[in-house]
Formats: sequence, C-alpha cells, structure tokens
Amino acid sequence: MTGMLEIKNLHASVDGNEILKGIDLTIQPGEVHAIMGPNGSGKSTLARVLAGQEAYEVTAGQVTFEGKDLLEMDPEDRAREGVFMAFQYPVEIPGVGNTYFLKAALNAVRKHRGLQEMDAIEFLKMVRGKMKLVQMDEGLLNRPVNEGFSGGEKKRNEIFHMAVLEPRLCILDETDSGLDIDALRIVADGVNALRAKDRSFLVITHYQRLLNYIVPDYVHVLVDGRFVRSGGKELALELEEKGYSWLEGMAPEHPAAQPVGA
Amino acid sequence: MQTTETSTIEQFAAQDYKFGFVTDVEQETFPPGLNEEVIARLSAKKGEPEWMLEWRLKAYRHWLTMEEPTWANVHYAPIDYQAISYYAAPKPKGSGPKSLEEVDPEILKTYEKLGIPLHERAILAGVAVDAVFDSVSVATTFKEKLAEAGIIFCSFSEAIRNHPELVQEYMGSVVPYSDNYFATLNSAVFSDGSFVYVPKGVRCPMELSTYFRINARNSGQFERTLIIADEGAYVSYLEGCTAPMRDENQLHAAVVELVARKDATIKYSTVQNWYPGDENGKGGIYNFVTKRGKCDGANAKISWTQVETGSAITWKYPSVILKGDHSVGEFYSVALTKGYQQADTGTKMIHIGKDTKSTIVSKGISAGHGQNTYRGSVRILKGADNARNFSQCDSMLIGDQCGAHTFPYIDVQNPTARMEHEATTSKIGEDQIFYCNQRGISTEDAVSMIVNGFCKEVFRELPMEFAVEAQKLLAVNLEGSVG
Ligand SMILES: Nc1ncnc2c1ncn2[C@@H]1O[C@H](COP(=O)(O)OP(=O)(O)OP(=O)(O)O)[C@@H](O)[C@H]1O
Ligand SMILES: [Mg+2]
Repeated sequence: MTGMLEIKNLHASVDGNEILKGIDLTIQPGEVHAIMGPNGSGKSTLARVLAGQEAYEVTAGQVTFEGKDLLEMDPEDRAREGVFMAFQYPVEIPGVGNTYFLKAALNAVRKHRGLQEMDAIEFLKMVRGKMKLVQMDEGLLNRPVNEGFSGGEKKRNEIFHMAVLEPRLCILDETDSGLDIDALRIVADGVNALRAKDRSFLVITHYQRLLNYIVPDYVHVLVDGRFVRSGGKELALELEEKGYSWLEGMAPEHPAAQPVGA
Repeated sequence: MQTTETSTIEQFAAQDYKFGFVTDVEQETFPPGLNEEVIARLSAKKGEPEWMLEWRLKAYRHWLTMEEPTWANVHYAPIDYQAISYYAAPKPKGSGPKSLEEVDPEILKTYEKLGIPLHERAILAGVAVDAVFDSVSVATTFKEKLAEAGIIFCSFSEAIRNHPELVQEYMGSVVPYSDNYFATLNSAVFSDGSFVYVPKGVRCPMELSTYFRINARNSGQFERTLIIADEGAYVSYLEGCTAPMRDENQLHAAVVELVARKDATIKYSTVQNWYPGDENGKGGIYNFVTKRGKCDGANAKISWTQVETGSAITWKYPSVILKGDHSVGEFYSVALTKGYQQADTGTKMIHIGKDTKSTIVSKGISAGHGQNTYRGSVRILKGADNARNFSQCDSMLIGDQCGAHTFPYIDVQNPTARMEHEATTSKIGEDQIFYCNQRGISTEDAVSMIVNGFCKEVFRELPMEFAVEAQKLLAVNLEGSVG
C-alpha cells in the first residue's frame, strides 16, 4: 500500500546551501508523525518544501501526495489538494479581515474540489462551530489576519484556519512554542478533535510535553538535514532525557556532527 | 426666430471662410488651432451670452502670458496646443463605433470582468445608440424627483443659459480664471460639464452622478463642473465610472469648483479609469485637473474621495479652502500606477478660519514601472486658531522597478496649530503571498486582497456600490503585476 505522503531521498537547498540531505518518510492516512531535532537542523525547511515555498530548491528526490507528484504543483494547488501548514511565524496581512480571508481560502479550496461556494450565512455558522473547537475569541475573527495578535493568538489562529479548511495532511511547525500551558492544552484538544482516519499529521516540536497531548504514532529525529533515528512515542521521552547530543554523532559523513574532541 | 438663427449661421460661415476655416457641418468639429476667433466661434456655437465670451477671452489672454508648469514629478513630450481641436461636440450619431464588435476587445473584456451590463457597455464604449434603455427612464424619474426638492442638476451649458446669475456669482470664485496654466486654458475653452445647486436646508435625496446625466456624455476634454451647496444643504456627487472610457482625446484639463456655505456638506467621489496607454507606455490620457472646494461659512464640510487607476499621467490636487470657522476638509485618495503610468497627486488644505480641521489619507500603489508621487500642502494661516491637521501617506510597492515619492509641504503661521503626520512605505512581501497561497488563494487574488486591505480606509469613504466597483477595478488593474 502506498502512503498518503511519500518522501523519497529528498534533497533541498536555499541560496546554494544544502539543508535537506536525503529525507525518506512515508505517512499513512490517519497517522501522526512527530519530528524533533536541534535548531537549524532543517525541520521548517522540510515543512516549507512540502508546502511549496519558492525560495527552496529541490535538488533531488520525489514527493507524492495521494499518488500525485506534489513537487510539480503550485503552492495554492497543494493547499487545495489538502496540504496545510501551520506556520512557525504566521505573517500579518493588514487590512484584510480574518473572516474575509478564510472565506476566500475556503471557497478556493471548495471550487477546486468541485463544490459550490459557501454563502455568507452558512459560512458564519460553520466558522462559529470551529471557533469553539479552538476556543478562539470572537474578536479575532473580525480583526485583520494576525495583525497585532499575540504570539499565542497567532498560533491558535493557525489551528482555527486548519479546522475550517479541513485539510488531509496537517503540518504543524512548532505550533506549541509560545503557548502558555492552558493554550497548549486547548490547541492539542483542537488537533485531537480533528484526528480522523483519513487525515494525517506531521508535528514539528521541540518539546516532548506537546506529545503527551498529541500522542504520535512515530517520532523522527532530524539532525543536519537527515533523520538519524525513528521510533515510537518513547523516543521523545528518551530524547528529553538524553538531549540531542546523544544522537548527533549518528549523523553520518558530516564532520561538524562529530562530538567535539573525538 | 428662424431668420435670426439662419443669419447667425450664415454670419459664422462667412467668418469661417474669412479666417480660412473649413466648416464640416456633418462633423461639427473645428479644425485644430487656438486663437481668439476660435474661442468666439466656440462660444457662439454654444449660444453663450456676451459675459461668458468675455470671461473666456480674459482667461485666454492671461493664458498666453503663462508658462506650462514643470514642477510636477511627471515626464511627457511637449503638448502642441495648436494641434488640438477645441470644438468637437456634440458628436453626431454614427461617429463612434457602430456596434460593440467595433470596440477594442481588451476594453470589452474589462467591462465583462467588472460585471457591467451589456447595454451599459455599449454606452461606455461610445457606441451610437438611439435609446438608452433603462437609463432614459431612470434619468427622467431622477430629474423629476430633484426638481421637487428645488435642486438644479444640469449641464454647464444649460446652467449658463438658464441660471446665469448663479453661474456668474460662483464660477471662478474658487478656481479663478488665472489660477494655473491648465485651469486658465480650461476657462478659455471649456466644452461642458455639470452644474449642481442645492438650495438652503435641502438634503439631496440621492447620489448625483454624471453617469445618469445622459446629455453630458462625451462632454469632452475641457470639462468644467460647479457644485454649490447653500446653507445647511447636503449633496454627494459621484464622478466618473469604473469602466475604461473610450476617448480619442489625449489631453484632459478639467476644472471642478465646490462651494459649501454655512453648515453645508459636499462629498465628492471620483473613480478615474481613463485609458492608461499600452504596456510600452504608448498613448494614454494626460489627466491635468484642478479641483478645489471652499468651505465658505461656519461648520461647512468638503470631502474629496478619489480612486485613480487610469490615465498615462495624472496631475491633480483636490483641495479645500477652510474659510469658515469650524469647517472641515477631507481628502481620501487611492492612486494606482502600473505599466509606465505616472501620477503626481495630493491635496492642499488651507486653514483660514478658527477651529478648522483637515484630514488627509493617501494610499499610493506602484507596480511595474509605475511612478507614484504624493504632493500635499497644509497651510495654517495667522488667524486660524486651534487648527488641526492629520495626514497619513502610505505607499505600497509591487516589484522593484516602480517608485513612490512623498512631498509633504507644511506652512504653519499660528502657534496653536496641531499637526500630525504619518508616512509608511511597504512592499507586498513574498511571505504574505506565500501565506495566502498556502491557504489555497492564488497569487493574483492574494495581491488584490492585500492591496484592497491597504486601501480600506479610503474605500470606506466611498458610497457602497462605488466601493465594490473600486475594489473590482483594482483587482482587474493589478492582474499580471506580480509573478
Ligand atoms: N532563506 C534562507 N536563507 C539562508 N539560509 C536559510 C534560509 N532558510 C533556512 N536557512 C538555513 O537553513 C537551516 C535550517 O533552517 P530551518 O528553519 O529549517 O531550521 P529548523 O530546524 O526549523 O530550526 P528551529 O528549530 O530553530 O526552528 C538553518 O541553518 C537556516 O539558517
Ligand atoms: Mg523551525
């Protein structure tokens, strides 16, 4: 059986620097995969390459999403096909109302799937329901997208967008960082409510704490552009205990990854 | 009557001959050229009284002593004023395209995108149509309703004939015939335009718009508009139309004068989408306009809102003279330049009365090779105690070959003045576009969404339907400007 997402030997660089150095990953429908790894190891790069950000050049490898060549598609088509990325640093779009933005997004997605545009009343009703899911403040709906939102509000807004757009593959890039304990719980509950047998998650995080709430099926450790270890949810606990240095020596063929003084 | 008319015509035919003119009766067009005889013939053709001709000639003689201004941040080849025909209206039926098939398909495509009904597209494109469908009846009911309220709304020519006392009192009272090169030229040769008078205490029951005043179609390149709101009156006037107008004239030098008396309010909204020239910067309209309002009484208010997306070159500064105490002046502007368009626009707020207040919100958007200049001046004169001004000038750049320039001039002669000025320049960020893309929104839609968000404070000032059209217009004009 082929996976929902299949990544094979993916290499990517930015401004001529190779960041991803051969990634292999298969995600089946309904699975939750977590990616952990030190700062600068390439986690966000992987997320952005999957979402289609232009600045990143794929130099080798393939990615298929539900059997289709993902790398061939424009970013908006990837989104319409069902790939969603919650940004590590969501941007502000001054003057554009959050609701207005979401309605445009949802209707673009619906159109792509051959569905009718949703009218304003139907849309608002649906949106209200989704807001409850992430306990979002109604005030944030009418404000411009992310403008002046606190760090935590921005993260919550990302999950809210995800809930509205109902994607098939959800990539969460450090959605937990910057959240207080209560917010973390709310966001995790929202994600868990969205878990379904035909929806998969790729959760990037630095903290095992999040994985207590969103329990992953697999954990992968990314060091210097490669997965150096994959395992079950226990791997996250082990990592927390031992730190990344425990695994850094395992990144092969890279002098900087050797323990200092070895 | 018959005899007089005939003899007048004969007289002019003779004159034509004498001065070497060729009269083409069918075309009703003067050969190119400008001199006192041309102005006299123009005035006679329009059946104007002596005082009007005098005024035109006074302006013309003054114009001869003036030099074309060069201070604006715009560049164009010199205009040959002798190569222009100064009388080309009214156009006989059949001079325009005979049917929509004869109109530039690009223009038609734009009409379609803007959602303009078919018969209106024909009118806009200048197709000679006998009956104007619904618009005729709309215009009639409209006129009746206005007349009931005592409001005068007619062409400038009609006003000269039927309301000479009002025209004589107010024409040139805000923009004197000697004001500036283009306004002076307009004073000498203006073709037609609109006239509005709202009597004391009357609130105009509907938005007035040239669009419905069918007889002023093709009113030509030297348009003149005069709007008077008497004490306590209110009027909202919409100029122009969001569709690109078919027009053979390159130079447009219009004059608009507004007079708001005590407690009166005039709201003047413009959406200008003249032909901007092709993608290489060839052709396009030169839009050199003088617009000014006078708050001539306590608590008067004049508000200009403009959305400028067309023309090859735009040169205009809708201004307000705040003479009455507690009077209010506002200027809200969106100017978009793309391709090789150039815009030098802004406002002048002249505070004379006490406790006067002005607000300036300018949004300039440049794409392609477009050059966008904001030029604003705020003057607080000696007697203007407690005057206040708030200015906000924001520029947005799309791509890296365009330019935005800001020239705010401030002259404060009264120490009690309070001034606030804010200016920003932003670029549509790739990260903003990517964020939109990641939610399924195409780059084109993302750009128009971001630009519309940027212009929100101005669009909010437009009457509802106009605001919707203005948004669509920006989207259509921005197509293809990114990526
Ligand atoms: N646009 C860019 N230009 C140059 N270098 C870049 C660019 N984007 C990413 N990089 C580099 O690529 C490397 C990986 O960055 P990435 O953001 O993927 O790390 P990360 O694993 O998400 O780190 P963190 O945990 O800090 O979020 C870093 O060294 C970063 O500096
Ligand atoms: Mg990161």
